[in-house]
Amino acid sequence: MTESYLLKNLRAVRGRAYPRLIGSTREPSWFIFDVILPLFTIAGYAYVYKFLDARAELIGYVVLGGAMTAFWLNILWSMASQLYWEKEIGNLPLYLMAPISRMSILAGMAVGGLFETTIQAAMTLAIGAIAFNVVFSLASPVMLIVVFVVTMIALYGMGMMFASLYLLLGREAYHLSALMMEPVYFASGFYFPVKHLGFWAAAGASIIPITLGLDALRQIIFPGGTEDAFLSLNTEVALLSGLCVVFMILSRYALRYMEYLGKTTGRLTLRWQ
Amino acid sequence: MPHAVETQSLTRIFRPKKKKEGSVVTALDSVDLRIERGELFGVLGPNGAGKTTLLKILSTLLLPTSGKAYVAGLDVEKDLTAVRERINMVSGGEISGYGLLTVRENLWMFSQFYGIKSKEAHARIEELLARFGLSSKAKAKVRTLSTGERQKMNVIRGFVTNPEIVFLDEPTLGLDVNAARAVRDFVMDWVQSDRNRTVLLTTHYMMEADELCDRIAIIDGGKILACDTPNNLKKTVKMNTTLTLSVYGLGGINGFDNIPGLNSYTSYKDVESGTTKLRFVLEDESCVSEIVSEVVSKGSRIMSLQKTEPTLEDVFIKLVGRGLA
Repeated sequence: MTESYLLKNLRAVRGRAYPRLIGSTREPSWFIFDVILPLFTIAGYAYVYKFLDARAELIGYVVLGGAMTAFWLNILWSMASQLYWEKEIGNLPLYLMAPISRMSILAGMAVGGLFETTIQAAMTLAIGAIAFNVVFSLASPVMLIVVFVVTMIALYGMGMMFASLYLLLGREAYHLSALMMEPVYFASGFYFPVKHLGFWAAAGASIIPITLGLDALRQIIFPGGTEDAFLSLNTEVALLSGLCVVFMILSRYALRYMEYLGKTTGRLTLRWQ
Repeated sequence: MPHAVETQSLTRIFRPKKKKEGSVVTALDSVDLRIERGELFGVLGPNGAGKTTLLKILSTLLLPTSGKAYVAGLDVEKDLTAVRERINMVSGGEISGYGLLTVRENLWMFSQFYGIKSKEAHARIEELLARFGLSSKAKAKVRTLSTGERQKMNVIRGFVTNPEIVFLDEPTLGLDVNAARAVRDFVMDWVQSDRNRTVLLTTHYMMEADELCDRIAIIDGGKILACDTPNNLKKTVKMNTTLTLSVYGLGGINGFDNIPGLNSYTSYKDVESGTTKLRFVLEDESCVSEIVSEVVSKGSRIMSLQKTEPTLEDVFIKLVGRGLA
């Protein structure tokens, strides 16, 4: 790969990230839909724990889990479905015709989505923490950053892979997204420690990077987090790193396959196909 | 220097996944084309003729079933990145881009996929916006644009990357007269300003093809039926040219009988206005000057003159067996 090719692709990443970076400033309604509304679910679980006189950490877990739902929703509706949308509005042929790696387009979508979602999640976390007096005990800021970064790379890698698969599924993919919301909230332990599902169920759910990421983050930022941990922090970081590699490779192959299929059948660029 | 575009027995067949979903469609059938650099080349054909399929293959979006296609001498199946660096495409009725971005931002975004430095991209965008009279819309959100403005923006998107070869797929589709004129004028100027620039235009509009194109290929059922300059194509139609004159104060019509190249003529005198309408059927167009001289020598005044020639539509009907409408 020449330096100019790399630079060209970095420009493409920036170009595709831009609509998402600027989008949140153009449509402020996101504050209501993406920050305020999740607080109602958080409040529901928090009051149940309060009513049961549960440990304070559990309310913290709920607030963190509620904030992290923004990332999962972003993966489902803005990453996985995005190439299908791009096809519908006519952008996909223009992306496929550009002299860059298609991964740069997906990476741009991911970077832009990650940026806007991080702001939303941080605001939900801050408001939730204030409202429910959540006490954080940050053991290692460096580890926090490492866990967050590997979780996000693995998660958005999964989203990039889904983007190509959804494109092949067409309109049916929307049902898949709807199907993967509530069950994943449950299986990944968004509102409770995932280890209580039992080892094999939690291990199965760990294919979704946010399961391990959430568990690891809870270990780092809550005083009693390690007691509720599914696996040790180092194991979870190692597994997440593995998922990063796996999903990046799979997303690359899925994209190549999708493009090949599109060029063979014409399904991606000819409207009548 | 290689041809801008060359195809050799290019064939594309679409097969349904299941028999129930329809029959096999041969979108392109052994198409052989050679487009020189600097040409504005038109592909004229009805819906489903294979025009868009041809452009999709040349722009690396579709694989041929058999045959070869080269753009700037590069194989569209093997030299993907090199081909893509040299081309761009604009389609009629395109709704690409993002509605919440401004026109300037949208154009900049697409320029980034070609690795153009931001400063250079912005300079080109401003120049093209001014050329299309869209400077005042630079900060307008794309979703607020009219159809014509949006298509002008799409055309700018196609040219802002400074391609060598541009594929235009019915670029004036649905545009009003002024917007279509702006697009045509720009395309014409763009090609003429650099001999290395080439445009491949597909269109429904006979007048557009006639006005813009150096050469035209007429395509139907995936086959190229004819390929030549507009004038040469018109010459293939055996239809006599007619000359119609409206003359005031015509003394007599005997002098026309001996003009060589004149097949026949008719006259009709309008007593009320004092004018005579003369209609000449010409075998040889060079006799026009003699007809005019004969009229003037009799002391008459020519009020109007109209020459009717075969049109591209006549050529199209002759080749395809039906009109485009």
